[in-house]
Amino acid sequence: MQLTSRLLVAAAKLISGYTVRWKDSMPDTCQRVYFANHTSHLDALVLWASLPPEIRELTRPVAAKDYWEKGWLRRHIADAFNALLIDRREVKVHQSPVDLMIREIDDKYSLIIFPEGSRNAKEEMNRFKSGLYYLAKKRPDLELVPVYLDNMNRILPRGEVLPVPLLSNITIGAPIWLEQGESKQQFLDRARQSIIRLRDDEE
Amino acid sequence: MCPQTWYPFLLGFLEDTTELKLPFEERTAWLIAAVMALLIIGSLVGKLLERSSEERLNTAVVRSFNQRIRSWWLMCAILIAGLVIGKAGTVTLFGMIAFWALREFITMTPTRRGDHRALFWVLVVFTPLQFVLVGIYDERELFKFVLPILVALFVPARIALANDEKRYLERSAKILIGFLICVYALSFAPAILYLELADSTGEPWDANKGLLFFFVLITQLNDVMQFGWGKLIGRNVIADRINTSRTVEGVIAAAASSALLGALFSWVTPFAFWQAAIIAVVVSITGFAGGITMSAIKRDRGVKDFGTLLQGHAGILDRIDSLCFAAPIFYFLTEFFFTR
Repeated sequence: MQLTSRLLVAAAKLISGYTVRWKDSMPDTCQRVYFANHTSHLDALVLWASLPPEIRELTRPVAAKDYWEKGWLRRHIADAFNALLIDRREVKVHQSPVDLMIREIDDKYSLIIFPEGSRNAKEEMNRFKSGLYYLAKKRPDLELVPVYLDNMNRILPRGEVLPVPLLSNITIGAPIWLEQGESKQQFLDRARQSIIRLRDDEE
Repeated sequence: MCPQTWYPFLLGFLEDTTELKLPFEERTAWLIAAVMALLIIGSLVGKLLERSSEERLNTAVVRSFNQRIRSWWLMCAILIAGLVIGKAGTVTLFGMIAFWALREFITMTPTRRGDHRALFWVLVVFTPLQFVLVGIYDERELFKFVLPILVALFVPARIALANDEKRYLERSAKILIGFLICVYALSFAPAILYLELADSTGEPWDANKGLLFFFVLITQLNDVMQFGWGKLIGRNVIADRINTSRTVEGVIAAAASSALLGALFSWVTPFAFWQAAIIAVVVSITGFAGGITMSAIKRDRGVKDFGTLLQGHAGILDRIDSLCFAAPIFYFLTEFFFTR
């Protein structure tokens, strides 16, 4: 498992040639939710690999069960990067994804989530699903850290199997929290804006 | 391709370690020592400048000077490591540099979704293949013509298959130019190692490693001298919309200084000192062409250098643009006039 993890980190670095920029925030092992734009299957792996090792160990990407449980290899890879697999199809009331995440991270792990839900082929980000809001509401102590992943859609776009090893940028921004009296939509828009701001800063 | 031609490439890593001696000829060792000494002086000067820069000097210039020195150390280390390992090692290292340079090039140029498969082939298959062809160097000299033809025909066809006609020619051209400059042209530098050289009197000459080192040294020094002379005496900017630091005076003065340096270091080459001077001038001019071409591409994309495009990345393409352009010319001149 340790070996697979290391191989994954090396492969992620080789394929995506990422550089990480911490903008107005610092690496920290405190519990966080990294939320990012989603354009490629590589997103979760690359963002996870780009974190410093001691943080990576405590960070679990949230990924789709239907994709990552297919076949031995995918399951092995998902295990190696400690993915938290969520069933997108069967969402039950007493077993909602957010409850599952909160139970799984306990007071130890951080999460990587993609609030757009599924991968997005368009220029603009999709509207955020509400999971981030409920996470923030139920666990107000979590730092919600916006991340902008640049160029990942060119490295492995939707519908392709083989990646083109270009270079990419990862910008990690300042944490946000749910404000007093903020509505769900307001909060989700603000979260989305925080990623867009990281993108515009880069240009 | 018969197995015998593969053999030296695969076992090249061992070729120099079988005998216990200096992996290069004495002359090459002296050149390397001289370069190291220069780099140490450069690093010390950089440190001093850094310390005193707050009050008097332009910090941006000092920083770029130090960056350049650092990248030279790296380049020098790579060259020496490659030369110690052997020909195949040098070819492999140049292959990695070409791969990284092409990566930077493609990352900077906008591509469309339909280019994905063509890009995969060019970056993952054709780029290594070019250096494999250099490594299995034989009298057929496949590396000189196979891939340019293959890529020039394959890329447009593959993009057409992707069923997206928008800016079709432009997209094909971008990938092609990227491949030709970053991969094909650069591969002529390690190919120097395989030439069967003869010096100006017709005697066999086997210090190819020294010649490669000489070539890299001249292109790099020429880059700096063009910039330095341009700052000192430059008045007439050659193409102000492309690059404001390249001036007529700078280019001429740099060519003259390169000629001097070439003659000065001619003892490590098969050239007589006047021949070395002429070749250094040619290298200087082609290096300038490479620099200005890359500047045009960068200006078109609105970036200052490839390093700032990708923060934290070294910007390999900024360092090797002149090398890419000068390599084929240098190779052919040497092959034409100085082989057995």
